[in-house]
Amino acid sequence: MFLQMNEVAKRFDAHEVFSGINLSIEKNQFVSILGPSGCGKSTLLSMVAGLEDVTEGTLSLGGEKILQPGTDRGMVFQQPALFPWLTVKDNVTFPLKADHSKREKEQLAAKYLKMVHLTRFKDAYPHELSGGMQQRVAIARALAMDPKVLLMDEPFGALDEQTRHILHDELMKIFDETKKTILFVTHSIQEAIKLSDRVIVMGTRPGRIIADFPIDMDRPRERDDKKVIEMEKNIMALLEDEIKKVMKEELDYEAKHLG
Amino acid sequence: MKPSIWVKRIVFIIVLLAIWQGVYMSGYFPAIQFPPPTKVFQALIDGFADGTLVGALLASFKHLLIGLALAITLGTLIGVLLGKSRQADETAGMYLIAMQSIPSIVWVPLAIMLIGLNETAVIFVVVLGGTFVMALNVRTAIHSVPPEFIKAARTMGSKGLPLFFKVEVPASLPYYMSGIRLAWAFSWRALMAGELLSNGPGLGYSLRFAMDFAQMELVIGIIIIVGVIGSVVDQLVFSKLEKKVMRRWGLLK
Repeated sequence: MFLQMNEVAKRFDAHEVFSGINLSIEKNQFVSILGPSGCGKSTLLSMVAGLEDVTEGTLSLGGEKILQPGTDRGMVFQQPALFPWLTVKDNVTFPLKADHSKREKEQLAAKYLKMVHLTRFKDAYPHELSGGMQQRVAIARALAMDPKVLLMDEPFGALDEQTRHILHDELMKIFDETKKTILFVTHSIQEAIKLSDRVIVMGTRPGRIIADFPIDMDRPRERDDKKVIEMEKNIMALLEDEIKKVMKEELDYEAKHLG
Repeated sequence: MKPSIWVKRIVFIIVLLAIWQGVYMSGYFPAIQFPPPTKVFQALIDGFADGTLVGALLASFKHLLIGLALAITLGTLIGVLLGKSRQADETAGMYLIAMQSIPSIVWVPLAIMLIGLNETAVIFVVVLGGTFVMALNVRTAIHSVPPEFIKAARTMGSKGLPLFFKVEVPASLPYYMSGIRLAWAFSWRALMAGELLSNGPGLGYSLRFAMDFAQMELVIGIIIIVGVIGSVVDQLVFSKLEKKVMRRWGLLK
């Protein structure tokens, strides 16, 4: 399998985030990891990126064990994390190594900026762009190094609703064009259903996979589609128990310590 | 800036000069202790005309430039060390703050005893005056690099020295500029402290010389020069540089 996780666990000192995560992700698939806050979905993604140590188990990409960050995995964070001292174009070429000629770099930057419709802003500085535009630059930057897999950690979480919808459509086009494998972390059920080929639902305390199913629906998927609504309900029911569990724990804690 | 602001400022200084002149004319203070503005002005003109103040200024700037350059270099090295190494920070960070709290004039006797009554002692005091504040700011600058920049750079394959020079250094530049501005301000104060007790040449030395010869008009004149240079250099050079960097980094609109 392309991206493989075997019995992966993460602990911070005594606190266990999750354990026993087993996942196989195929090439050219858009896979979402969906779950309530605290389930460790972002931590898991960071482990794939190589930014977090793996406490137990192994992760591998294309047969190679993941031990540290690398250009075979591009990541887009919730914050665009663009470098303010570089122009949009220079931000996009940042990950390109020195063995690319200047012309190649220019061409690659032009290609990916065109893909995110920001050609016009190639000489602008990040702070001159809106939040949505900054996030598009971040996507172009991650794509520019031609990674095997694109990791996205709630990339549209900080954007307003309209911008988010526009970026969903753009991401779908990019997915069509580049056929990248995308691993997408979100807490939005709608977002996961709208975008993914497969949704992995994580539960919390302890973090674990509670459901994993394919979405075989044509794109674009409309929100009022019967099948979409049906699926939303199913996932909501799955997550409700998880959220209740967290709430109950918090209330019990309050009762114990304040009551 | 709006012209009305300048009008206010000019009116303020005229009123101040008028009060000064009024107090002088009341005869309450002996003239030797309280010269009129015109006499101070004349003393400044004479000082520049016969070259004594020019020489003093040049000497002071020489001490300052050498001292400040050393302070910025040393401060940067110490700051980077403390900013990057947790061990170093835990060991020495607290003492750096203690050193920073020592007024620079306190170093003057030590400098004179150690080095002698000469210009090197003055430069030594200037270096001490600027180094610690510079180091503290560089340390803060490095600590304040947004962690998401580092994470993003790491996912793009940067690590080690290239990560430091291509991401951490530019990311910390705004704070670094603040550090340079503060180092200049502290060095300027230290310079005056050092020169006051030195035996010249320099603006501080001229000030003490004027005191020894009871030339109050020159004392006031030199105080004015010190204030004007301090604020003009800050406004025209360091504040401008700092703001330029902050604007470019999107920290200031």
